[in-house]
Amino acid sequence: MMLSCKETSRLLSQGEDRKLGFGERVALRVHLAICDGCRNVNAQFRFLRVAVKSLSRDENETA
Amino acid sequence: MAADFRTQVEGLRPYLLRYATLQLRDAASAEDAVQEALVAALAGESNFAGRSNLRTWLTGILKHKIVDTIRRQSRERPAATDADATTAEFDALFDDSGHWAEPPDPWAQPEGALAQKQFLAALEQCLRDLPERTAQAFIMREHLGLETAEICKELAVTPTHLWVMLYRARMALRQCLQMNWFDK
Repeated sequence: MMLSCKETSRLLSQGEDRKLGFGERVALRVHLAICDGCRNVNAQFRFLRVAVKSLSRDENETA
Repeated sequence: MAADFRTQVEGLRPYLLRYATLQLRDAASAEDAVQEALVAALAGESNFAGRSNLRTWLTGILKHKIVDTIRRQSRERPAATDADATTAEFDALFDDSGHWAEPPDPWAQPEGALAQKQFLAALEQCLRDLPERTAQAFIMREHLGLETAEICKELAVTPTHLWVMLYRARMALRQCLQMNWFDK
């Protein structure tokens, strides 16, 4: 199965929320190997997770 | 000692209120959640007993109150509408074959951004721009760290619906940060 970037972006998001199937993981890996845009989006989704986690850690002056 | 503890707890109210408002969107609900958390905190002073940092401890109590509030609200309100589950707004990013119309560029030094107050303010603004339930689903997942099954229960949505909401949140936030931070 060849994924489009649209499908890839959906699967990358779902990969943060559910365990992807074997076929999905393989198809993702194949697509990411050839697509810079989707690799960048993958990194950005991961960064969003870290950034939103750190939201309550700012404003140390009130601690 | 007790009066001192109360003063310290009260001093953190503005911070807690801001935290709750970001997640609940509604000043009155946020006020209620903070009030409940402070009451619980004052009643449970002995549980604190110098453990960890006071703000961290209070935020932990508040998180539970926020989830309680979201649960209560989704029982009172009709289930999420279809408008919460469409991704049509992102169609323009792709061409007819589903490939990026303009492939996304990498972000420059995202880790450095995390240390900057202005970045966190931009992120909060982007979260406020999301539809309410989409934002709540995303915060429950990524900030509060709840499992998807639990979020589905609290928001009364199916897993498929939740995945679409979370996809929307991630796509919209990355576009928003791209525009308001990384492209600036």
